[in-house]
Amino acid sequence: MELLIFYPLAGLCVIFALGVVFNKNPIGSAMSLIAMMLGLAGIFVLQQAHFIAILQIIIYAGAIMVLFMFVIMLLNLKGDDAVWKKREKNTLLTVLTGLLIAGVLYKVLEITSAGEFDSPAHVLETFGTVREVGTILFTEFVLPFEVASILLLVAMIGAVVLAKSKVD
Amino acid sequence: MEPIPAPSIDLVSLAPVLVLTVFGIMVLVTDLFIGKNKSALVFISLTGLLMAAISSLAKYDLPVYSFNGAYIVDHLSVFFTFIFCISSALAILVSIDFNQREGIKVGEYYSLILFCTVGMVLLASSTDMIMIFLGIEIVSICLYVLAGIRRNDPKSNEAALKYFLLGAFATGFLLYGMALIYGTTGSTKLTIIAEMIREGSVRSEPLMLMGVVLLIIGFGFKVASVPFHMWAPDVYQGAPTPVTAFMAVGPKAATLAAFFRVFAETMPEISPSWGILLYILSVLSMFIGNLGAIMQTNIKRLLAFSSVAHVGYLLIAIIAKNSLGSASLMFYMLAYAFMIFGAFGIVILIGRKGDENLEIENYSGLAYKHPILALSMTIFLLSLGGLPPLAGFVAKFYIFSAALKEGFVVLVILAVLNSAISFYYYLKVVVYMYMKEPIKEFNITLSPMTLFVVAIALFGTLHLGIFPGPIIALAQY
Amino acid sequence: MLESYLGAGLMLLLAIGIAVGMVVMTSFLGPKRQFADKMEPFECGESPIVSPHQRFSVKFYLVAVLFVLFDIEAVFFFPWAILFKQLGIFGFVEMLLFILILGVGLLYVWKRGGLDWE
Repeated sequence: MELLIFYPLAGLCVIFALGVVFNKNPIGSAMSLIAMMLGLAGIFVLQQAHFIAILQIIIYAGAIMVLFMFVIMLLNLKGDDAVWKKREKNTLLTVLTGLLIAGVLYKVLEITSAGEFDSPAHVLETFGTVREVGTILFTEFVLPFEVASILLLVAMIGAVVLAKSKVD
Repeated sequence: MEPIPAPSIDLVSLAPVLVLTVFGIMVLVTDLFIGKNKSALVFISLTGLLMAAISSLAKYDLPVYSFNGAYIVDHLSVFFTFIFCISSALAILVSIDFNQREGIKVGEYYSLILFCTVGMVLLASSTDMIMIFLGIEIVSICLYVLAGIRRNDPKSNEAALKYFLLGAFATGFLLYGMALIYGTTGSTKLTIIAEMIREGSVRSEPLMLMGVVLLIIGFGFKVASVPFHMWAPDVYQGAPTPVTAFMAVGPKAATLAAFFRVFAETMPEISPSWGILLYILSVLSMFIGNLGAIMQTNIKRLLAFSSVAHVGYLLIAIIAKNSLGSASLMFYMLAYAFMIFGAFGIVILIGRKGDENLEIENYSGLAYKHPILALSMTIFLLSLGGLPPLAGFVAKFYIFSAALKEGFVVLVILAVLNSAISFYYYLKVVVYMYMKEPIKEFNITLSPMTLFVVAIALFGTLHLGIFPGPIIALAQY
Repeated sequence: MLESYLGAGLMLLLAIGIAVGMVVMTSFLGPKRQFADKMEPFECGESPIVSPHQRFSVKFYLVAVLFVLFDIEAVFFFPWAILFKQLGIFGFVEMLLFILILGVGLLYVWKRGGLDWE
């Protein structure tokens, strides 16, 4: 039953991921990326990782993609732009990079299929649910949680200092 | 539903972080409500740094673990907290006149330095990979912004953009490595990871080794070791000079402390796998750093390449992975702080508004006009090269003996050879100062605060060189 | 186990159904009168056909970054809200501190004019 949901979701993810790469229009690519992230969120739910699924939708498909859109608009790329034409010359480099990645992936597959993963910690069935994540986050990881707020504060300061036109 | 028990909170261990955060926020808020005069901010920042340094001594029976083993107060972290407070205070002092001269009126400058110090203290005291990640990110984000704080200067923008893009990329590597190690060991706590490695169950796990490699790439970028050093010269050159000095000392020391904890303290049993990688990184950093520095004509780029070479020396302390290694790391970074702030202090003094005089040939004949400045610069440069009896010599000697104790003879020979090479370009600047005619009129305003920093640095460099005993005793404890 | 997602699945289907339904229904039910002016995309006083090579102000970007940051902040509230009663006073103080630090951030952004459009 789980596989019955997993394969369509995974298939959709792959299709949309290809859509990101092959779409001529950057906005289209971004839309495909959102669709792919929704698919990923579904897979996370299947893995009982509800919290990550929520994060995937709220942060990535929501907030980060808005940022992507702004970057695309800031740069204002167009499909038929000269920038894109220039890249076609690097066919050799593209092929070589592809081969390299394929090699790495092959090696990773080989290692993972050898199946000697007895050491990862065995986790409870509820590991990854919002309740479970919260329990750990607010007790064991209370310090990282508070430090994260400092990180966010610093990022805010940085954004304002660099982007606000009249700071001083 | 039964209530979840509250975890134990040890605020005393956390004291320096708390003090710095509170003062950082104070500076930030004060800046919103005062006018153009920023001297109040300087005062608050320096008070905060002083209090943070004092509060780091609050714990007696070291080491103390707190927050479920995520945070440690031990010898390394206390000593490094002191280095951070000193270097941040020097950075603020050296900025006062520089910012006035160059028209940097952004009040956030000071709060960013304080928050950056928070990140550094966290980095040096974390024994949890999540904390290390957060620390690195706080430090990095502050540095991206500080590097680009001169927003009307294209060079400063370039520095910030380059640093940000490459830094974000490197953070990805770091995080991926952490994730893989978490996946194999089931914990982000360094103590638990160390225990699992000691037991031997995860030693040859391929994903563990992959994680180690990715961590080395991430850390290697953050400390600017070859081949991940490409950003350093441009960023060092483009950032405002006090920021350059700041990022060459504190953040680098903090990252090296975390580097030491993750590798030398957590996984000494699998050191053959990471040791060889660090060995290569170290040798490459020394050679490319020193040879690259020879070709530079800009003093900031020269010091950038020289700092790459120094990272090469410092990595030796991690490779040695013994207690002498950690002690030598502490001593080296303290000595390095004084040398770097001294050298950059003089670079700031030589410059003037609109013309920073960053070319080495601008130093021609400095000895005739300002003999004291030229002499100080000579001392700092020779100390960076490692000439006895200056601080740089003792620091290097100490690191090399840590490596020799573990039998890394070839590595030490290469390092000594590199120290010899480095004298070539350090002496080149000295030759310009003493033996060439001035190419243009020096128009130096001897601003008191910068001179004060140079004086402190001079005292530190000489004192650590001639009487290293007490500090070494402190570092070894 | 999968049965527990029944509600969420129905909700998802309903949402998709309403969205698709609205688009389809309007195209069927709505009156259609087409003439040249109406076929042009509506741009308030601007000519609809211009070069795409004009850049957006960095102001948009600042808003987007601030949105992402506060969004990340908001995400921490989900597990906290679920566990609010169990965590008791400790959880409350913990979250208060978190909000306080980010509140300083909001105050800063506000006073600096990060939320003004100029």
